[in-house]
Amino acid sequence: MAYEVNGSTVEHDEEGYITNLADWTKELADVIAETEEIDMNEEHWAVVNFLREYYDEYQIAPAVRVLIKAIKKEMGPEKGNNKYMYELFPYGPAKQACKIAGLPKPTGCV
Amino acid sequence: MSDVKKFLYVNRKAPYGTIYALESLEVVLIGAAFEQDVSLAFLDDGVFQLTKGQNTDGIGIKNFSPTFRALGDFEVTKLYVEKDSLEERGLSPDDLQEIMYEDEDDDWEEKPSIRLVSRAEMADVMADQDVVLSF
Repeated sequence: MAYEVNGSTVEHDEEGYITNLADWTKELADVIAETEEIDMNEEHWAVVNFLREYYDEYQIAPAVRVLIKAIKKEMGPEKGNNKYMYELFPYGPAKQACKIAGLPKPTGCV
Repeated sequence: MSDVKKFLYVNRKAPYGTIYALESLEVVLIGAAFEQDVSLAFLDDGVFQLTKGQNTDGIGIKNFSPTFRALGDFEVTKLYVEKDSLEERGLSPDDLQEIMYEDEDDDWEEKPSIRLVSRAEMADVMADQDVVLSF
């Protein structure tokens, strides 16, 4: 299974998470978002970028609580809450945003 | 929150070579979602898990040591390290990476998560738990 980006293919697992984290590009993120039926705007990108930076530093996706706190800091309290996160990523901020950010499925995603 | 239990994850093995260390960490992270009172203990070769400057390029395994620094975000803030085990391996507390957490009850002040304890104190920590899981 694979995504197609600019004529090249990027492999993913049965749930849509890419196999090789180094394959990630912004163009790929748009392609994954499309399969998730998400139209990426600036707010989605803020979340995705935060996830990538966090992963880069800690080798793990953040707890949802941590993600929400960071977004609150960056974009204000009216956006740093669960409701807003689910508006951006209806099938779950952890699952969908991590997939678009090219990270593995979050540990502890119960 | 009446049924919060005290969980202790005991880590005795070196970080790579077996899967125990990584499995333990993953269980801790998954368990953190259940809002229990979680502590970690590092003794014997387990103290090597917290050493700084780990580089796994030569063995083709992911270096998961940075993940210990994220534990505070998951409200896991008690990492007991046995002094005797460090000394027996020629290590000192300076060889361990700095792991901090923000204390919610103290104006989010940054505090160290690592607590050095003697062998006797470690026994007390263990005796004080509801559940002890050994890795």
